[in-house]
Amino acid sequence: MREIKASDVTRAVARLCQEVNLELGEDVLKALEQARRKEESPLGGWVLGQIVDNARISSEERLPLCQDCGTAVVMLELGQDAHVVGGDLYAAVEEGVRQGYGEGFLRKSMVKQPFSARVNTKDNTPAVIYTEIVSGDKLKITVMAKGGGAENMSRLFMLSPSQGRQGVMESVTRAVDEAGSNPCPPIIVGVGIGGTPEKAMLLAKRSLLRPVGEPNPDAEVAALERELLEKINGLGIGPQGLGGRVTALAVHVEVFPAHIASLPVGVNIQCHSARHKETVL
Amino acid sequence: MAAALRLRSPLDSKEIQGLKAGDQVLITGTLYTARDAAHKRIVEALDKGKVPPFELDGQTLYYMGPSPARPGQVIGSAGPTTSGRMDAYTPRLLAEGVKAIIGKGKRSQAVKDSIKKHGAVYLAAVGGAGALISKAIKKADVVAYEDLGAEAVRRLEVVDFPAIVINDARGGDLYEEGKAKYHRGN
Repeated sequence: MREIKASDVTRAVARLCQEVNLELGEDVLKALEQARRKEESPLGGWVLGQIVDNARISSEERLPLCQDCGTAVVMLELGQDAHVVGGDLYAAVEEGVRQGYGEGFLRKSMVKQPFSARVNTKDNTPAVIYTEIVSGDKLKITVMAKGGGAENMSRLFMLSPSQGRQGVMESVTRAVDEAGSNPCPPIIVGVGIGGTPEKAMLLAKRSLLRPVGEPNPDAEVAALERELLEKINGLGIGPQGLGGRVTALAVHVEVFPAHIASLPVGVNIQCHSARHKETVL
Repeated sequence: MAAALRLRSPLDSKEIQGLKAGDQVLITGTLYTARDAAHKRIVEALDKGKVPPFELDGQTLYYMGPSPARPGQVIGSAGPTTSGRMDAYTPRLLAEGVKAIIGKGKRSQAVKDSIKKHGAVYLAAVGGAGALISKAIKKADVVAYEDLGAEAVRRLEVVDFPAIVINDARGGDLYEEGKAKYHRGN
Protein backbone atom coordinates (compact mmCIF):
# COMPACT_ATOMS: atom_id res chain seq x y z
CA MET A 1 0.00 0.00 0.00
CA ARG A 2 1.54 3.33 -1.07
CA GLU A 3 0.94 6.25 1.24
CA ILE A 4 -0.06 9.73 0.00
CA LYS A 5 -0.02 12.59 2.48
CA ALA A 6 -3.20 14.63 2.79
CA SER A 7 -1.05 17.76 3.04
CA ASP A 8 0.40 17.00 -0.42
CA VAL A 9 -3.15 16.79 -1.77
CA THR A 10 -3.91 20.22 -0.29
CA ARG A 11 -0.80 21.78 -1.81
CA ALA A 12 -1.47 20.24 -5.22
CA VAL A 13 -5.09 21.45 -5.29
CA ALA A 14 -4.07 24.95 -4.14
CA ARG A 15 -1.46 25.17 -6.91
CA LEU A 16 -3.84 23.86 -9.60
CA CYS A 17 -6.61 26.32 -8.61
CA GLN A 18 -4.20 29.19 -9.20
CA GLU A 19 -2.62 27.83 -12.38
CA VAL A 20 -5.90 27.14 -14.14
CA ASN A 21 -7.09 30.67 -13.49
CA LEU A 22 -3.92 32.34 -14.76
CA GLU A 23 -2.71 30.19 -17.67
CA LEU A 24 -4.85 29.11 -20.58
CA GLY A 25 -3.86 25.67 -21.93
CA GLU A 26 -1.75 25.52 -25.11
CA ASP A 27 -4.52 23.54 -26.82
CA VAL A 28 -7.07 26.29 -26.11
CA LEU A 29 -4.73 29.03 -27.31
CA LYS A 30 -4.02 27.10 -30.50
CA ALA A 31 -7.74 26.59 -31.14
CA LEU A 32 -8.38 30.32 -30.57
CA GLU A 33 -5.61 31.30 -33.01
CA GLN A 34 -7.07 28.93 -35.61
CA ALA A 35 -10.53 30.41 -35.02
CA ARG A 36 -9.11 33.89 -35.54
CA ARG A 37 -7.79 32.90 -38.96
CA LYS A 38 -11.09 31.26 -39.88
CA GLU A 39 -13.49 33.94 -38.66
CA GLU A 40 -14.99 36.04 -41.46
CA SER A 41 -16.85 38.53 -39.27
CA PRO A 42 -14.72 41.63 -38.50
CA LEU A 43 -16.30 42.03 -35.04
CA GLY A 44 -15.83 38.31 -34.41
CA GLY A 45 -12.17 38.61 -35.35
CA TRP A 46 -11.81 41.58 -33.01
CA VAL A 47 -13.35 39.56 -30.16
CA LEU A 48 -10.95 36.66 -30.74
CA GLY A 49 -8.04 39.10 -30.73
CA GLN A 50 -9.20 40.48 -27.36
CA ILE A 51 -9.45 36.95 -25.96
CA VAL A 52 -5.90 36.07 -27.06
CA ASP A 53 -4.54 39.38 -25.68
CA ASN A 54 -6.42 38.72 -22.43
CA ALA A 55 -4.60 35.40 -21.99
CA ARG A 56 -1.23 37.13 -22.37
CA ILE A 57 -2.12 39.90 -19.88
CA SER A 58 -3.46 37.33 -17.43
CA SER A 59 -0.27 35.31 -17.44
CA GLU A 60 2.08 38.32 -17.41
CA GLU A 61 0.30 40.30 -14.70
CA ARG A 62 -1.08 37.45 -12.60
CA LEU A 63 -4.65 38.65 -13.18
CA PRO A 64 -7.26 35.89 -13.45
CA LEU A 65 -8.30 35.09 -17.04
CA CYS A 66 -11.89 35.85 -16.02
CA GLN A 67 -13.27 37.54 -12.91
CA ASP A 68 -15.54 34.49 -12.58
CA CYS A 69 -12.92 32.12 -11.20
CA GLY A 70 -15.56 29.44 -11.20
CA THR A 71 -16.85 26.62 -9.09
CA ALA A 72 -13.85 24.43 -8.30
CA VAL A 73 -14.72 21.07 -9.82
CA VAL A 74 -12.19 18.53 -8.57
CA MET A 75 -11.98 15.08 -10.13
CA LEU A 76 -10.00 12.44 -8.28
CA GLU A 77 -8.81 9.13 -9.66
CA LEU A 78 -7.62 7.22 -6.64
CA GLY A 79 -5.57 4.07 -7.19
CA GLN A 80 -6.92 1.17 -5.15
CA ASP A 81 -3.40 0.49 -3.83
CA ALA A 82 -2.94 4.05 -2.54
CA HIS A 83 -3.71 5.11 1.00
CA VAL A 84 -4.24 8.73 2.03
CA VAL A 85 -2.63 9.45 5.41
CA GLY A 86 -2.51 12.41 7.80
CA GLY A 87 -6.06 13.59 7.26
CA ASP A 88 -9.36 13.20 5.43
CA LEU A 89 -9.03 13.22 1.62
CA TYR A 90 -12.01 15.49 0.94
CA ALA A 91 -11.07 17.86 3.77
CA ALA A 92 -7.61 18.08 2.17
CA VAL A 93 -9.18 18.99 -1.18
CA GLU A 94 -11.40 21.66 0.41
CA GLU A 95 -8.39 23.14 2.22
CA GLY A 96 -6.56 23.25 -1.12
CA VAL A 97 -9.42 25.19 -2.71
CA ARG A 98 -9.51 27.55 0.29
CA GLN A 99 -5.77 28.22 0.09
CA GLY A 100 -5.63 28.44 -3.70
CA TYR A 101 -8.49 30.92 -4.05
CA GLY A 102 -7.16 32.98 -1.14
CA GLU A 103 -3.46 33.10 -2.12
CA GLY A 104 -4.28 33.54 -5.79
CA PHE A 105 -6.55 36.59 -5.31
CA LEU A 106 -9.27 34.60 -7.08
CA ARG A 107 -12.94 35.50 -6.81
CA LYS A 108 -14.94 33.47 -4.33
CA SER A 109 -18.30 32.75 -5.94
CA MET A 110 -19.96 30.03 -3.86
CA VAL A 111 -23.12 30.89 -1.90
CA LYS A 112 -24.87 28.68 0.63
CA GLN A 113 -28.61 28.12 0.86
CA PRO A 114 -28.79 28.92 -2.87
CA PHE A 115 -32.60 29.01 -2.97
CA SER A 116 -32.92 31.70 -0.29
CA ALA A 117 -30.24 33.55 1.68
CA ARG A 118 -27.40 33.02 -0.85
CA VAL A 119 -24.61 33.95 1.59
CA ASN A 120 -21.09 33.79 0.18
CA THR A 121 -18.93 31.13 1.87
CA LYS A 122 -15.99 33.53 1.30
CA ASP A 123 -13.40 30.87 0.40
CA ASN A 124 -14.98 29.33 -2.72
CA THR A 125 -15.67 26.06 -0.88
CA PRO A 126 -17.24 23.65 -1.13
CA ALA A 127 -15.65 22.19 -4.23
CA VAL A 128 -17.71 19.82 -6.36
CA ILE A 129 -15.76 16.58 -6.01
CA TYR A 130 -16.03 13.41 -8.11
CA THR A 131 -14.01 10.32 -7.23
CA GLU A 132 -13.25 7.22 -9.22
CA ILE A 133 -11.38 4.23 -7.84
CA VAL A 134 -8.91 2.98 -10.43
CA SER A 135 -6.08 0.44 -10.53
CA GLY A 136 -2.59 1.40 -9.38
CA ASP A 137 -1.21 3.27 -6.39
CA LYS A 138 -1.36 6.89 -7.56
CA LEU A 139 -3.80 9.75 -7.10
CA LYS A 140 -4.64 11.83 -10.18
CA ILE A 141 -6.15 15.22 -9.37
CA THR A 142 -7.90 17.32 -12.02
CA VAL A 143 -9.13 20.83 -11.22
CA MET A 144 -11.61 22.63 -13.46
CA ALA A 145 -12.63 26.23 -12.79
CA LYS A 146 -16.16 26.25 -14.21
CA GLY A 147 -17.77 29.66 -14.72
CA GLY A 148 -21.45 30.23 -13.98
CA GLY A 149 -22.42 31.78 -17.31
CA ALA A 150 -21.67 28.64 -19.32
CA GLU A 151 -22.85 26.19 -16.65
CA ASN A 152 -26.23 27.96 -16.65
CA MET A 153 -26.67 27.11 -20.35
CA SER A 154 -26.12 23.38 -19.83
CA ARG A 155 -29.00 21.04 -20.59
CA LEU A 156 -30.25 17.51 -20.14
CA PHE A 157 -32.53 15.85 -22.71
CA MET A 158 -34.16 12.52 -21.90
CA LEU A 159 -34.90 11.43 -25.47
CA SER A 160 -36.97 8.52 -26.62
CA PRO A 161 -34.79 5.84 -28.28
CA SER A 162 -36.84 6.34 -31.48
CA GLN A 163 -35.37 9.84 -31.78
CA GLY A 164 -31.94 8.30 -32.29
CA ARG A 165 -29.01 10.10 -33.90
CA GLN A 166 -31.24 12.77 -35.44
CA GLY A 167 -32.70 13.53 -32.01
CA VAL A 168 -29.21 13.91 -30.58
CA MET A 169 -28.20 16.29 -33.38
CA GLU A 170 -31.32 18.41 -32.90
CA SER A 171 -31.11 18.53 -29.10
CA VAL A 172 -27.46 19.52 -28.91
CA THR A 173 -27.86 22.14 -31.64
CA ARG A 174 -30.97 23.52 -29.94
CA ALA A 175 -29.13 23.82 -26.60
CA VAL A 176 -26.36 25.84 -28.27
CA ASP A 177 -28.80 27.96 -30.30
CA GLU A 178 -30.90 28.84 -27.27
CA ALA A 179 -27.78 29.66 -25.26
CA GLY A 180 -26.76 32.13 -27.99
CA SER A 181 -24.44 34.83 -26.69
CA ASN A 182 -24.84 33.89 -23.01
CA PRO A 183 -22.13 31.25 -22.43
CA CYS A 184 -19.30 33.37 -23.92
CA PRO A 185 -18.76 31.80 -27.33
CA PRO A 186 -16.65 30.49 -28.95
CA ILE A 187 -17.59 27.57 -26.73
CA ILE A 188 -16.59 23.95 -26.40
CA VAL A 189 -19.64 21.71 -26.39
CA GLY A 190 -19.40 18.71 -24.08
CA VAL A 191 -21.93 15.99 -24.85
CA GLY A 192 -22.66 12.81 -22.90
CA ILE A 193 -24.91 10.22 -24.48
CA GLY A 194 -26.26 7.25 -22.55
CA GLY A 195 -26.34 5.98 -18.97
CA THR A 196 -28.73 7.69 -16.57
CA PRO A 197 -29.49 11.43 -16.33
CA GLU A 198 -26.60 12.25 -13.99
CA LYS A 199 -24.28 9.87 -15.84
CA ALA A 200 -24.95 11.67 -19.14
CA MET A 201 -24.19 15.04 -17.54
CA LEU A 202 -20.99 13.74 -15.97
CA LEU A 203 -19.87 12.22 -19.29
CA ALA A 204 -20.49 15.62 -20.87
CA LYS A 205 -18.39 17.34 -18.22
CA ARG A 206 -15.55 14.81 -18.44
CA SER A 207 -15.48 15.17 -22.24
CA LEU A 208 -14.40 18.79 -21.69
CA LEU A 209 -11.11 17.55 -20.22
CA ARG A 210 -9.98 16.23 -23.61
CA PRO A 211 -7.50 18.47 -25.49
CA VAL A 212 -9.66 20.86 -27.55
CA GLY A 213 -10.70 19.27 -30.82
CA GLU A 214 -9.18 15.84 -30.15
CA PRO A 215 -11.72 13.44 -31.68
CA ASN A 216 -13.34 10.53 -29.88
CA PRO A 217 -11.38 7.34 -30.74
CA ASP A 218 -14.61 5.66 -31.95
CA ALA A 219 -15.01 6.56 -35.66
CA GLU A 220 -18.83 6.73 -35.50
CA VAL A 221 -18.73 9.05 -32.49
CA ALA A 222 -15.99 11.17 -34.11
CA ALA A 223 -18.21 11.55 -37.20
CA LEU A 224 -21.07 12.72 -34.96
CA GLU A 225 -18.72 15.28 -33.37
CA ARG A 226 -17.70 16.62 -36.79
CA GLU A 227 -21.27 16.85 -38.01
CA LEU A 228 -22.43 18.58 -34.83
CA LEU A 229 -19.58 21.10 -35.06
CA GLU A 230 -20.50 21.94 -38.64
CA LYS A 231 -24.15 22.38 -37.78
CA ILE A 232 -23.38 24.51 -34.71
CA ASN A 233 -20.98 26.72 -36.64
CA GLY A 234 -23.68 27.20 -39.26
CA LEU A 235 -25.94 28.85 -36.66
CA GLY A 236 -24.18 32.17 -37.17
CA ILE A 237 -23.93 33.05 -33.45
CA GLY A 238 -20.18 33.68 -33.68
CA PRO A 239 -17.67 34.95 -31.10
CA GLN A 240 -19.58 36.53 -28.17
CA GLY A 241 -22.79 36.15 -30.18
CA LEU A 242 -22.00 39.15 -32.39
CA GLY A 243 -22.42 37.06 -35.54
CA GLY A 244 -19.81 34.90 -37.22
CA ARG A 245 -18.58 31.51 -38.35
CA VAL A 246 -16.96 30.32 -35.13
CA THR A 247 -19.59 29.61 -32.49
CA ALA A 248 -17.82 26.49 -31.16
CA LEU A 249 -14.14 25.58 -31.13
CA ALA A 250 -15.00 21.89 -30.78
CA VAL A 251 -17.67 19.36 -29.92
CA HIS A 252 -16.60 16.49 -27.65
CA VAL A 253 -18.93 13.50 -27.33
CA GLU A 254 -18.63 10.66 -24.83
CA VAL A 255 -20.90 7.62 -25.02
CA PHE A 256 -22.07 5.01 -22.49
CA PRO A 257 -24.60 2.19 -22.93
CA ALA A 258 -28.19 3.03 -21.94
CA HIS A 259 -31.31 1.24 -20.70
CA ILE A 260 -33.55 -0.24 -23.43
CA ALA A 261 -36.10 2.52 -22.73
CA SER A 262 -33.67 5.47 -22.55
CA LEU A 263 -31.57 7.83 -24.59
CA PRO A 264 -30.20 10.48 -22.21
CA VAL A 265 -28.24 13.36 -23.77
CA GLY A 266 -26.33 15.71 -21.49
CA VAL A 267 -24.92 18.98 -22.80
CA ASN A 268 -22.31 20.76 -20.68
CA ILE A 269 -21.16 23.99 -22.23
CA GLN A 270 -17.65 25.32 -21.73
CA CYS A 271 -16.89 28.99 -22.35
CA HIS A 272 -13.76 29.93 -24.35
CA SER A 273 -11.92 30.32 -21.05
CA ALA A 274 -11.54 26.53 -20.77
CA ARG A 275 -9.66 26.18 -17.52
CA HIS A 276 -8.51 22.76 -16.29
CA LYS A 277 -5.25 21.12 -15.27
CA GLU A 278 -4.19 17.86 -13.69
CA THR A 279 -1.39 16.42 -11.62
CA VAL A 280 -0.48 12.94 -10.37
CA LEU A 281 0.69 12.26 -6.81
CA MET B 1 -14.48 47.68 -39.45
CA ALA B 2 -15.01 51.39 -38.70
CA ALA B 3 -12.90 53.08 -36.02
CA ALA B 4 -14.32 53.02 -32.50
CA LEU B 5 -16.42 55.98 -31.36
CA ARG B 6 -15.19 57.71 -28.24
CA LEU B 7 -17.92 58.31 -25.65
CA ARG B 8 -18.00 60.05 -22.28
CA SER B 9 -19.97 58.46 -19.44
CA PRO B 10 -22.50 59.51 -18.20
CA LEU B 11 -23.66 59.42 -21.81
CA ASP B 12 -25.29 62.35 -23.53
CA SER B 13 -28.94 61.59 -24.48
CA LYS B 14 -28.51 62.95 -28.00
CA GLU B 15 -25.36 60.93 -28.50
CA ILE B 16 -27.24 57.77 -27.44
CA GLN B 17 -29.82 58.43 -30.19
CA GLY B 18 -26.98 58.36 -32.72
CA LEU B 19 -25.61 54.96 -31.62
CA LYS B 20 -26.35 51.93 -33.79
CA ALA B 21 -26.26 48.22 -33.01
CA GLY B 22 -22.80 47.04 -34.09
CA ASP B 23 -20.98 50.30 -33.29
CA GLN B 24 -17.70 49.83 -31.49
CA VAL B 25 -17.12 52.34 -28.71
CA LEU B 26 -14.45 53.35 -26.21
CA ILE B 27 -15.95 54.77 -23.02
CA THR B 28 -14.22 57.24 -20.72
CA GLY B 29 -15.76 58.46 -17.48
CA THR B 30 -17.82 56.98 -14.65
CA LEU B 31 -19.52 53.58 -14.48
CA TYR B 32 -21.37 52.01 -11.54
CA THR B 33 -21.12 48.25 -11.06
CA ALA B 34 -24.16 46.25 -10.00
CA ARG B 35 -25.05 42.62 -10.48
CA ASP B 36 -27.61 40.16 -9.07
CA ALA B 37 -27.59 40.90 -5.34
CA ALA B 38 -27.15 44.67 -5.73
CA HIS B 39 -30.02 44.85 -8.24
CA LYS B 40 -32.27 43.06 -5.78
CA ARG B 41 -31.40 45.54 -3.03
CA ILE B 42 -31.72 48.65 -5.23
CA VAL B 43 -35.16 47.63 -6.46
CA GLU B 44 -36.26 46.68 -2.92
CA ALA B 45 -35.17 50.13 -1.75
CA LEU B 46 -37.10 51.81 -4.59
CA ASP B 47 -40.18 49.70 -3.80
CA LYS B 48 -40.08 50.93 -0.21
CA GLY B 49 -39.86 54.51 -1.42
CA LYS B 50 -36.26 54.84 -0.26
CA VAL B 51 -33.49 56.66 -2.10
CA PRO B 52 -31.12 54.27 -3.91
CA PRO B 53 -27.52 54.36 -2.65
CA PHE B 54 -26.31 56.29 -5.70
CA GLU B 55 -27.94 58.61 -8.22
CA LEU B 56 -29.36 56.45 -11.02
CA ASP B 57 -30.48 59.29 -13.30
CA GLY B 58 -28.38 59.46 -16.44
CA GLN B 59 -25.88 56.87 -15.23
CA THR B 60 -24.18 53.89 -16.84
CA LEU B 61 -24.40 50.50 -15.11
CA TYR B 62 -21.82 47.77 -15.58
CA TYR B 63 -22.81 44.20 -14.69
CA MET B 64 -19.57 43.12 -13.08
CA GLY B 65 -18.20 41.57 -9.89
CA PRO B 66 -14.39 41.72 -9.92
CA SER B 67 -11.83 39.31 -8.56
CA PRO B 68 -9.89 40.76 -5.60
CA ALA B 69 -7.11 43.27 -6.39
CA ARG B 70 -3.57 42.22 -5.58
CA PRO B 71 -1.57 44.80 -3.59
CA GLY B 72 -0.80 47.69 -5.94
CA GLN B 73 -3.59 46.88 -8.40
CA VAL B 74 -6.67 49.12 -8.84
CA ILE B 75 -8.93 46.10 -9.30
CA GLY B 76 -8.65 42.42 -10.18
CA SER B 77 -10.05 40.85 -13.31
CA ALA B 78 -13.16 42.82 -14.27
CA GLY B 79 -15.16 41.50 -17.23
CA PRO B 80 -18.95 41.52 -17.73
CA THR B 81 -21.36 38.95 -16.33
CA THR B 82 -24.44 37.53 -18.12
CA SER B 83 -27.06 40.30 -18.36
CA GLY B 84 -30.19 38.15 -18.66
CA ARG B 85 -30.27 37.58 -14.92
CA MET B 86 -30.86 41.29 -14.42
CA ASP B 87 -33.79 41.40 -16.89
CA ALA B 88 -36.40 41.31 -14.12
CA TYR B 89 -35.02 44.55 -12.64
CA THR B 90 -33.88 46.49 -15.71
CA PRO B 91 -37.13 48.17 -16.88
CA ARG B 92 -37.52 49.61 -13.38
CA LEU B 93 -33.99 51.04 -13.38
CA LEU B 94 -34.38 52.48 -16.88
CA ALA B 95 -37.57 54.18 -15.68
CA GLU B 96 -35.48 55.71 -12.87
CA GLY B 97 -33.20 57.26 -15.48
CA VAL B 98 -30.36 54.78 -16.11
CA LYS B 99 -29.26 55.55 -19.68
CA ALA B 100 -26.69 52.91 -20.53
CA ILE B 101 -25.95 49.36 -19.45
CA ILE B 102 -22.87 47.27 -20.13
CA GLY B 103 -22.97 43.49 -19.77
CA LYS B 104 -22.93 40.49 -22.06
CA GLY B 105 -25.60 38.25 -23.53
CA LYS B 106 -29.14 38.69 -24.76
CA ARG B 107 -31.95 40.66 -23.11
CA SER B 108 -35.65 39.89 -22.78
CA GLN B 109 -38.20 41.55 -25.07
CA ALA B 110 -39.44 43.60 -22.09
CA VAL B 111 -35.93 45.01 -21.58
CA LYS B 112 -35.50 45.75 -25.30
CA ASP B 113 -38.86 47.57 -25.36
CA SER B 114 -37.87 49.52 -22.28
CA ILE B 115 -34.53 50.53 -23.82
CA LYS B 116 -36.41 51.94 -26.81
CA LYS B 117 -39.04 53.66 -24.66
CA HIS B 118 -36.47 55.44 -22.48
CA GLY B 119 -33.95 56.23 -25.22
CA ALA B 120 -31.28 54.14 -23.56
CA VAL B 121 -28.60 51.79 -24.91
CA TYR B 122 -27.33 48.29 -24.05
CA LEU B 123 -23.70 47.51 -24.76
CA ALA B 124 -21.57 44.39 -24.40
CA ALA B 125 -17.98 44.04 -23.31
CA VAL B 126 -16.07 40.87 -24.18
CA GLY B 127 -16.96 38.16 -21.67
CA GLY B 128 -13.92 36.26 -20.46
CA ALA B 129 -11.55 39.16 -21.16
CA GLY B 130 -11.55 40.43 -17.57
CA ALA B 131 -7.77 40.83 -17.31
CA LEU B 132 -7.66 42.96 -20.47
CA ILE B 133 -10.71 45.04 -19.46
CA SER B 134 -9.25 45.74 -16.02
CA LYS B 135 -6.51 47.79 -17.71
CA ALA B 136 -9.15 50.39 -18.68
CA ILE B 137 -10.20 50.86 -15.03
CA LYS B 138 -8.19 53.59 -13.35
CA LYS B 139 -10.07 53.91 -10.07
CA ALA B 140 -12.54 51.73 -8.17
CA ASP B 141 -14.36 52.65 -4.96
CA VAL B 142 -17.06 50.69 -3.16
CA VAL B 143 -20.02 53.06 -2.75
CA ALA B 144 -22.75 50.74 -1.44
CA TYR B 145 -23.50 47.26 -0.04
CA GLU B 146 -19.92 46.58 1.03
CA ASP B 147 -21.08 43.37 2.74
CA LEU B 148 -21.77 41.88 -0.71
CA GLY B 149 -18.04 41.63 -1.45
CA ALA B 150 -17.55 41.11 -5.19
CA GLU B 151 -21.22 42.05 -5.66
CA ALA B 152 -20.93 45.44 -3.88
CA VAL B 153 -21.68 48.56 -5.92
CA ARG B 154 -18.45 50.21 -7.10
CA ARG B 155 -17.90 53.53 -8.79
CA LEU B 156 -15.35 53.04 -11.54
CA GLU B 157 -13.36 55.65 -13.41
CA VAL B 158 -12.51 54.22 -16.82
CA VAL B 159 -10.48 55.34 -19.82
CA ASP B 160 -11.15 53.88 -23.27
CA PHE B 161 -13.25 51.01 -21.95
CA PRO B 162 -13.99 48.82 -25.03
CA ALA B 163 -17.60 47.87 -25.78
CA ILE B 164 -20.01 47.14 -28.63
CA VAL B 165 -23.55 48.49 -29.03
CA ILE B 166 -25.98 45.56 -28.90
CA ASN B 167 -29.46 47.11 -28.44
CA ASP B 168 -29.79 50.69 -29.61
CA ALA B 169 -32.52 53.23 -28.82
CA ARG B 170 -34.18 52.59 -32.19
CA GLY B 171 -34.74 48.88 -31.66
CA GLY B 172 -31.61 47.56 -33.40
CA ASP B 173 -30.30 44.26 -32.00
CA LEU B 174 -26.80 43.14 -32.96
CA TYR B 175 -27.29 39.62 -31.59
CA GLU B 176 -30.17 39.11 -34.04
CA GLU B 177 -28.66 41.01 -36.96
CA GLY B 178 -25.19 39.44 -36.60
CA LYS B 179 -26.59 35.94 -36.34
CA ALA B 180 -28.87 36.42 -39.37
CA LYS B 181 -25.93 37.65 -41.43
CA TYR B 182 -23.77 34.58 -40.79
CA HIS B 183 -26.49 31.94 -40.46
CA ARG B 184 -26.27 29.05 -42.93
CA GLY B 185 -29.56 27.37 -43.70
CA ASN B 186 -29.53 23.85 -42.28
